[in-house]
Amino acid sequence: MPVSNHKLTTQEMARFVADGYLRFDKLIPSEINQNIIREFSLLESNKILQIVGQPPEAGGLQLPASLTPLSECYPPQSFLGQLLNLPEVLGIVESLVGPNPLFDHDFVHRLQAGSEYKQHLHVDAVVDSADPSFDIQLFYFPQDVAPGAGGTRFVPATHLRRTRAEGVGRYQHLLGEQQFSGEAGTLMVFHHGLWHAGQPNPSDVDRWMYKIRLNPRVSQVRQWNMEDFDDIHNDSSDHTFARMRHDSVAQILRSLQPWQKGHEARYEQMQRALVWRYLSNDPGFDVDYYHTRIEQRVRLIEESS
Amino acid sequence: MTKRQQVLYLWLAEGALDTETIGWAFHDGTDGDGPQLPDEEPPYVSGLAALQDGWFLMQSPSPLALHPGTEHEVSYLVNEFIFERRIDI
Ligand SMILES: [Fe+2]
Repeated sequence: MPVSNHKLTTQEMARFVADGYLRFDKLIPSEINQNIIREFSLLESNKILQIVGQPPEAGGLQLPASLTPLSECYPPQSFLGQLLNLPEVLGIVESLVGPNPLFDHDFVHRLQAGSEYKQHLHVDAVVDSADPSFDIQLFYFPQDVAPGAGGTRFVPATHLRRTRAEGVGRYQHLLGEQQFSGEAGTLMVFHHGLWHAGQPNPSDVDRWMYKIRLNPRVSQVRQWNMEDFDDIHNDSSDHTFARMRHDSVAQILRSLQPWQKGHEARYEQMQRALVWRYLSNDPGFDVDYYHTRIEQRVRLIEESS
Repeated sequence: MTKRQQVLYLWLAEGALDTETIGWAFHDGTDGDGPQLPDEEPPYVSGLAALQDGWFLMQSPSPLALHPGTEHEVSYLVNEFIFERRIDI
């Protein structure tokens, strides 16, 4: 099956814009899940050797350099190379960041059984730009992760908040936060801005997770499966307080997480609309008329001056 | 007898103390010897509910200044209320 058969739908893309993540249970075949941990173990050793200033000579895969095109990061016959070349994975990747994005970095996160290591909520890297473009981070779990057994914690729909990376550590708990648990081969795709934190692993099994960050090298506009686009991409009159659709992109972008309550949540919906304007290349797109109302009056001022 | 401070942060849905709790954090100067938070999530449904359980308000958020061009951006949670109680140990 070619990659194009595995591209995300407009519906899934809108869901990603609203929630900041998508989850694909048991996407990766068990042959890869069962063999990849040996490669991860060597990759992890090499990364640690490099960090402490030793030559990364543990064997196994070479560490790719940032700016390497994804297709050249790992040999195609390696298990990691196979994983990153699966049409199912490439379909997701290409939908969100276009074909052959650039390798930013990756990391093998092994959480030993009984580990008490616990992170504060954080955003990766540094304060990001205010424009609507984005990177993605794949989180791959090669083994079953039982509830509470060290799965990554994250807060859906926090990705569009511009904050300092560690500035969100003050929030110990937010309503609607989730801790990953699931079956072997599950892949999560995060927007780079999603708040998350590593958790302790009180179970008696090591927890392995592989994360890779990818940078788009081409515009992210309309890279997904456009079959359902015309049916659900709404015009700017789709407005809860006037006439609204229940089957539109706006309706997906209206959906709120438990921590998003009251009028405050409208600002989040406005930010989602800006991301969708970029992805759909429709500068007039709106959710609940917030941008359109203001932009109409801006034109009045421009015309009178 | 010494006093130790317990600190409770509540992030509320809106700027009023009686709106719903959406997030919380607890820091315990008694290291577990004092009373703990109720088991429910969130521990208090609103800032008012925390007052009624004996917490004292230390800080409430001042209204956000608006900067032209950035009024619609989202960043930190804006409705941050900080409470304390002092425990004899
Ligand atoms: Fe992180």
